[in-house]
Amino acid sequence: MKTLAHKLISVASGVPSIATGDIVICNVDLAMIHDSGGPRRVKPILERLNRSVWDKDKVVVVTDHYVPATNAETQAIQALTKEWVREQDIEKFYDEQGICHVVLPERGHLSPGKFCVGGDSHSPTGGAFGAYMFGIGATEMAGVLATGTIWIKVPETILIRWHNQLSPFVTAKDMMLATCRKIGMGGGRYQAIQFAGDAVRQLGMQDRMTLSNMAAELGAQAGLIAPDETTIDYIHKAGGIVPEDWRSYQIEAAETDDNLLSFDAAALAPQIAAPHSPANADDAEAFKNTRFDLAYIGACTGAKYVDLVAAASLLRGRRIAKGVTLKVAPASLNDQKRAEEEGIMQILQDAGAEFLGNSCGICAGYGDDRLSENQVCLSSTARNFKGRMGAASSAVYLASPYTVAASAIAGTMIDPRYVAEE
Amino acid sequence: MPRLWRFSELIDTDVLAPGFYMKSPLPELASHCLEAIRPDFASTAGQGDIMLSGPNMGVGSSREQAAEVLKYLGVEAIIAPSFAGIFYRNAINLGLPAFTIPEASLEMPELEDGAEVRFDLDAAELTLVEHDITITLEPLPAFLKEMVLDGGLVPHLEKRFANAAAEKDII
Repeated sequence: MKTLAHKLISVASGVPSIATGDIVICNVDLAMIHDSGGPRRVKPILERLNRSVWDKDKVVVVTDHYVPATNAETQAIQALTKEWVREQDIEKFYDEQGICHVVLPERGHLSPGKFCVGGDSHSPTGGAFGAYMFGIGATEMAGVLATGTIWIKVPETILIRWHNQLSPFVTAKDMMLATCRKIGMGGGRYQAIQFAGDAVRQLGMQDRMTLSNMAAELGAQAGLIAPDETTIDYIHKAGGIVPEDWRSYQIEAAETDDNLLSFDAAALAPQIAAPHSPANADDAEAFKNTRFDLAYIGACTGAKYVDLVAAASLLRGRRIAKGVTLKVAPASLNDQKRAEEEGIMQILQDAGAEFLGNSCGICAGYGDDRLSENQVCLSSTARNFKGRMGAASSAVYLASPYTVAASAIAGTMIDPRYVAEE
Repeated sequence: MPRLWRFSELIDTDVLAPGFYMKSPLPELASHCLEAIRPDFASTAGQGDIMLSGPNMGVGSSREQAAEVLKYLGVEAIIAPSFAGIFYRNAINLGLPAFTIPEASLEMPELEDGAEVRFDLDAAELTLVEHDITITLEPLPAFLKEMVLDGGLVPHLEKRFANAAAEKDII
């Protein structure tokens, strides 16, 4: 088996020798849905098909998009979600516990060798655990829930190798913005991307999740990382089950030499992406003195425990600049609790941060917290499409939590290394 | 007469189905389709219209409403040099055919916004009526074409389940 993607799909499909481009039917080990694309959309379809979920133990439901539910419409969505979960007798239901992509591994549901689908485009996040995971829409999810299977065209693997070590204050987020800059939002061609190299091996699981998460921004189907001891440690601590044969998934190969990309982590500077595409990235230095109104640390991409720690390391003992607002929406309740216990939340609060709930928040633009007309936001999230986070006239720049925090202190955009040196 | 809607901007899911209206019923969501870049689209698109965009159409979210609103507004097929993967699967699953066209073809001056068009799903052909030019699109893989002709994944599964039940009865 040449690539990790081939191996994962071969196991899921039961087809021993598969080739790139083959269309095969795979058995699904885990289907994850959230309150927006989940019950409210799949319930009527399953009723029309006269089917229940194929295996309730393989379904995970998370509420995160319409959280907090502040009006009649969103309250009705949450009520329907709870009712459906009861009706289908689904035990793996995480209500207002955080963003699905962070909650799923945190509760031990991901491990090497699994074949998973998620009703959300950032589902490639699961690939950080050596699982094949990709995002699908609600109708297709209903098909999965009814049949336990899904078709897939066996992808090529594009191997992205990061040599050497990252410099201090340069992160997984910068690696992904630099990759978007290099190959563009279509560069993944709906194939499987796999991250490898020394710089990737040195990252903890939440940072690796940031890499896999933003495989979505490259247009890839999946964002894989071969498992190692770091992966296995995380799963054990999360209470998950590690398959005995996990080492058989330690495969790192590209489809062909054309599908091999190499980057030097040591040469990477903090990145900022200008509106309205993550591919508009450049070194943070190029955006020096650019003004913004809101610094936002949020989302599955940029507000996990490690992201809060990064922001706090610069905000400790400092205050955000006048005229700038800093909002922080910790990606999960567990991550927030851990940050509280370690004094991280207090540091953020003392620096002037306001806190939002453990949900998709402003990133999805679904709720009351959204960008107003002409508001400019510097954000640790993944996507800066026109109007995504609020008004069509608003503008979003993307950066790492370090860069967002440093810029909030400086009052204009800045390479965080300047602030760290002060 | 159905018309061609030609877009040069990157068409992402969030301009097709803006997040703030995702909680709303489909007709309201559809009324905001593409408003950030083409405010007249939702109110003037009609049955049988064809949408043509640049590469990587539908990039972004997994929200299938991005394809559903187009179908609701009457769009009969979407054409682009390439599609974002999830959006492509969603469109087919909802019975909205998505066809690829070589990027070089976008240079054809006749492929202009507002052109009168005729579309043949079975033959995968787009005809520009005024110029009497017919463009052959890359055909869908057979099983996806079947799904589109069935009306999407749900009617397709209904058919499959009915056939399976009928087979059981025979046995």
